Amino acid sequence: MTDPDRLLSLLEAGLPGSAGRVRRWTNPGPSGQDALLVDPDAALEVALFLRDHPELQLDYCSNVTGVDWLPREVTESVTTTETVGGETKEVTKKVTRTEPGYLEAVYHLYSVALRHGPVILRLRAAGREAPAPLPSLTPVWRSAEFQEREIFDLYGISFSGHPDLRRLLLWDEFEGHPMRKDYVAPDEDGLPAIETAAAKGEANR
Amino acid sequence: MNLTRAAPWPAGTAPFADPGETELLELSLGPQHPSTHGVFRMNALLDGETVVRLQPVFGYLHRNHEQLAERMSYLASMPFTDRLDYFCSLTNNWAYALTVEKLAGLEVPERAEYLRVILAELTRLQNHTVFLGFLLGDMGAWGSVLMYGFRQRDAVLDLFEALTGSRMMCDYLRFGGCRCDLPPGWAAAARLVVDSYPGFLDEMEQLLTENEILRARTMGIGGVEAKRLVNAGVSGPLLRAAGLSHDLRKVDRYGIYDRFSFRIPLGEKGDVYDRLMIRLLEMRESLNILDSALRDLPEGPVINPQAKLRNFRPPAGEAYGRIESPKGELGFYLISDQSPQPYRYRVRPPSLINLTLLEEMCVGAKIADVMVILGSIDIVLGEVDR
Repeated sequence: MTDPDRLLSLLEAGLPGSAGRVRRWTNPGPSGQDALLVDPDAALEVALFLRDHPELQLDYCSNVTGVDWLPREVTESVTTTETVGGETKEVTKKVTRTEPGYLEAVYHLYSVALRHGPVILRLRAAGREAPAPLPSLTPVWRSAEFQEREIFDLYGISFSGHPDLRRLLLWDEFEGHPMRKDYVAPDEDGLPAIETAAAKGEANR
Repeated sequence: MNLTRAAPWPAGTAPFADPGETELLELSLGPQHPSTHGVFRMNALLDGETVVRLQPVFGYLHRNHEQLAERMSYLASMPFTDRLDYFCSLTNNWAYALTVEKLAGLEVPERAEYLRVILAELTRLQNHTVFLGFLLGDMGAWGSVLMYGFRQRDAVLDLFEALTGSRMMCDYLRFGGCRCDLPPGWAAAARLVVDSYPGFLDEMEQLLTENEILRARTMGIGGVEAKRLVNAGVSGPLLRAAGLSHDLRKVDRYGIYDRFSFRIPLGEKGDVYDRLMIRLLEMRESLNILDSALRDLPEGPVINPQAKLRNFRPPAGEAYGRIESPKGELGFYLISDQSPQPYRYRVRPPSLINLTLLEEMCVGAKIADVMVILGSIDIVLGEVDR
């Protein structure tokens, strides 16, 4: 029931026009937990549909969390045709480009009534600059209330439509978002971390 | 709602001649308060003794556990999971190990699965045992019930110490199994503890459930209907006390829970009395599980020989795993980028999310009931603030 392809066909039937706005995200690992990549504009509509559809009844939002994806360099080989001295030939070049980073909010949904799940929703903010706006799903599942506040606190995603968006764990005057991958704590010396056996995963136990 | 002026008394109901203008009182409870179970704080707004508004304040025990874990190897986080819910280190270990096993596709040998069930149910027993003591402490019966609970819990902690070397910070589970096999005589000692428990539970039930004061303090307080609890992500004994049969040991059947027969005790109203009784009944079911697990414990290896301890790099991907911890649904969410450290490490803390409806449970109750309601949720701040 929670197979993403089945979900996509249900969504297409119930919410016409959602096909372009909800896509499948395939998990490369062995856990088999694929996700739905939802366009932020459609998120609230899709969430309500998933919660209220009689065949799905995803009434329980178990886990909400943020993920920070840094910009990364991708090297690709690009083949182009070039004309050199009247002679046309194919040239393959290696091109390095930078993929922009983004912040992501991940929702793990289950159905208590029908005992199935998880259905995973991924919402991607446009970039990493604060405030990275995303729609809040707290009006659909109240369990997201504290967890979205935690993401706002530690990742700097600002959830529009959240009833009480404040920092959850840190104090209001705190500057920065410590769970971001490029966060440097004020008391860090900026030197590279010591490569301990434990950090490399080679510790004895 | 006017938040500075108290509502006027309806005509003819004022208990004194002329109340005149009264004001609401803002009261900060905690973080240094023995009944907040750690460094938890609530800002309550009171009309007389009645709670009008209540806002929880978090973060006094925050140490960014998740960031620490993202900077060290997978295995190095295992002892840190002990410190989340420090009463239940073994179930924390299990939730983390279960998620890493999903992430890496690791199998667990049968004997290790049995050991995990035995230890998880012992953890549930000792957690619920001290829960009763603390809850009664919140009601003013400070001392005796807690000490009865501690005495019984000590027998379980002795078992943990004999097996893992530590009474509370056990650090016992490993990806694909357990750290070591049972020492000689452990199973017999565990059997003695299990056999001594029903007598203790009988004594507790006699002491508590017929008690006039306890019933007056707990009945009809803090109840919320099951549908709202589900929407707010509340899990564990709170959900079952409201009459909803939802236990991950039955729903997900993780580990080998499908091999044991046990019932799920259900409450009716979801008030504090039901929550207390659910825990008492759950302990009896845990004893049933322990009874058959200790009887059927097979011989064999306790760890999957393919599980790598050194240089452990799970394949790229992500996994979410959850178990029924004594406090509710404990989940871990991990993303691997094939490096020795998790790219993302997230704990889904039942203690924090069970507090989502705290205000709803407390509004309209007396300030003295707030402590009892909070106690009945059963939180541990190591997990709430992480």
